[in-house]
Amino acid sequence: MKSLSRLLAIMRKEVRQLRRDSLTFAMIFGIPIMQILLFGYAINTDVRHLRTAVADQADTHLSRRFVAELRQTQVVDIRHRVSTPGNIEDLLRAGKISIGVVIPDDFDRRVVDANRAAVQLLVDGSDPTILSVANQLRNMPIRLDTELIGTRLSQIEIRPYYNPERRTPVNIVPGLIGVILTMTMMMFTAVAIVRERERGNLELLINTPVSSTELMVGKVLPYIVIGIVQTALIVGLGWLLFMVPIRGSILDLYFAAIFFIAANLALGLFFSTVAKTQFQAMQMTFFLMLPSILLSGFMFPFDGMPRFAQYIGEVLPITHFIRLTRGIMLRDAVPGDMQGELVFLAVFTVIAMAAAALRFSKRLD
Amino acid sequence: MNGDLAIRARGLSKKFGQLRAVDNLDLDVPRASIYGFLGPNGSGKSTTIRMLCGLLTPSAGTANVLGVEIPGPSSRLKPKIGYMTQKFSLYTDMTVAENLQFIAEIYSYPRAARSARIQELLEKYHLVQQRRQFAGTMSGGQKQRLALACAVLHKPDLLLLDEPTSAVDPQSRRDFWSNLFRLAEAGTTIMVSTHYMDEAERCHRLAILDHGVKVADGTPQQLQADTGMQIIEVLADDPYQAQEVLSGLATVASVTQLGTRLRVLVPQDISDALNSVTEALSSRKIAAESTLVAASLEDVFVAATLDRTDLAA
Repeated sequence: MKSLSRLLAIMRKEVRQLRRDSLTFAMIFGIPIMQILLFGYAINTDVRHLRTAVADQADTHLSRRFVAELRQTQVVDIRHRVSTPGNIEDLLRAGKISIGVVIPDDFDRRVVDANRAAVQLLVDGSDPTILSVANQLRNMPIRLDTELIGTRLSQIEIRPYYNPERRTPVNIVPGLIGVILTMTMMMFTAVAIVRERERGNLELLINTPVSSTELMVGKVLPYIVIGIVQTALIVGLGWLLFMVPIRGSILDLYFAAIFFIAANLALGLFFSTVAKTQFQAMQMTFFLMLPSILLSGFMFPFDGMPRFAQYIGEVLPITHFIRLTRGIMLRDAVPGDMQGELVFLAVFTVIAMAAAALRFSKRLD
Repeated sequence: MNGDLAIRARGLSKKFGQLRAVDNLDLDVPRASIYGFLGPNGSGKSTTIRMLCGLLTPSAGTANVLGVEIPGPSSRLKPKIGYMTQKFSLYTDMTVAENLQFIAEIYSYPRAARSARIQELLEKYHLVQQRRQFAGTMSGGQKQRLALACAVLHKPDLLLLDEPTSAVDPQSRRDFWSNLFRLAEAGTTIMVSTHYMDEAERCHRLAILDHGVKVADGTPQQLQADTGMQIIEVLADDPYQAQEVLSGLATVASVTQLGTRLRVLVPQDISDALNSVTEALSSRKIAAESTLVAASLEDVFVAATLDRTDLAA
């Protein structure tokens, strides 16, 4: 009996404390509700609306008809009309499209020629999901009005770029750099300020001439080096164990990584100024981890997600970083091809740092 | 500037919600003196110190600390003050020398003189042997010496010490105070809060705080002379019963038990206080010996806080 009453005492105390920790309490409901709504709708392997460019060099009635049919499948979303296959390759490398459709000028003749493919699909094969979707397109018959012209099955030839062997690690490792950095970098700084507060160091520190900005920047800079070391580690192991290529420049990769690391550290620091305990700070980073994995294009093709999930993904630094790493490592892109992603990360860092410095006051009230 | 005053506060107040933590406080702290802040927990000592160093913004009132106006930007004040928090606030996972080095860098102590200054402090505060020890593994007294060394490293004009001796043994407290005297002699103004009477007695000047209100201030000697009370010490066989009897007397303001002795406070204007106490006890057949004594600081404190209770009633 005594044991039971002691047990109940512990339980009551636990519930009482839990109810007073509003953040934890919110997490009990917030995590399941938000995450199931978000991911239940967002995770969709039935990919549609892949960004596509068309180079219709034939420009005949038949070829236009083909493009229209292609569009009706809803699998592709034709964003660009270009004149040469070279243009398509540029767009692919810059990550602006996933599929390029090349219709040669002798399209009409090729359609009836059993020995030659009528259409080429240039596919960003770094993501196996996209490649398999493109393969489905291959079965699409080419017809003129209601009359089936081609009788062969594969009048469409697929040319997978960047990952011809269709190996998963090739696609995963560049994204994994982002996931690992998000996890470690954000955690490092998320506890940074709140730890000093919990241990009592902060009261001494804010009574010294050190300024908020000095404190914030000083807390972030050492971790950038750690982040770069981590990047090198993942890239090295990916290359050594999984033969993940680095087609672009390794320096470009580090250059992009610095932007991303800074963005995560700044966000972590902001969390640290919001959280009251280290535990709360950890909860916040955790809360951000799932969307970072699921909505960033790391696990599922970004194009396949519904619009609202894409908006959320666009706000996450990792989404932009994954585009950069896949571009640099797999498609031999240079950061200049993807300036928008870098600009986003830079702006994100500045905003998060400013928010952290503003929230952090050298006062106790 | 304030001339001879390091701190001059007028009407300083701080409210936390409904609570008036500090209420309309006037302070004049002379330079190069040790100014004590005596009061129980929750009397507003820490809040006052935090307002004076710019950590908290006063709800009302102003202060001038070393020529810097409060409320206002306190960045000009920071290099001139040293602050020792109630809780040990140095890095427990860094060594003594590393902590001192860090503080020297934070205060931009001249690089060339840095290591000499650290060595000087290690010697002065008897930390030479601990220089490579992690701060977290040291005793209460050692931690406190390190905290003081860090607080004075940049040679501040004003030291604010928030209950610096609450976690150390009596010997460490004595050593600590002799360090404070040396600093004051060298020209540092020291404001120290405490709830120890013996420490309060060592201060040059003293303010007694009760529920956020300053109920008395002056030199310890002045305060002891001006309690407005006659102090009668009663040595009784049954102090508990004696206290019962004396508390019932209308003329007695307060009775405090100290072991077998009782300190009985009777207002100054009551004549023949000693006799009435003796008679009250003998009429109830309580064996006791009563003598009129000089006020201790504890009596001052009791008397000062009594006035407040009367006012509130």
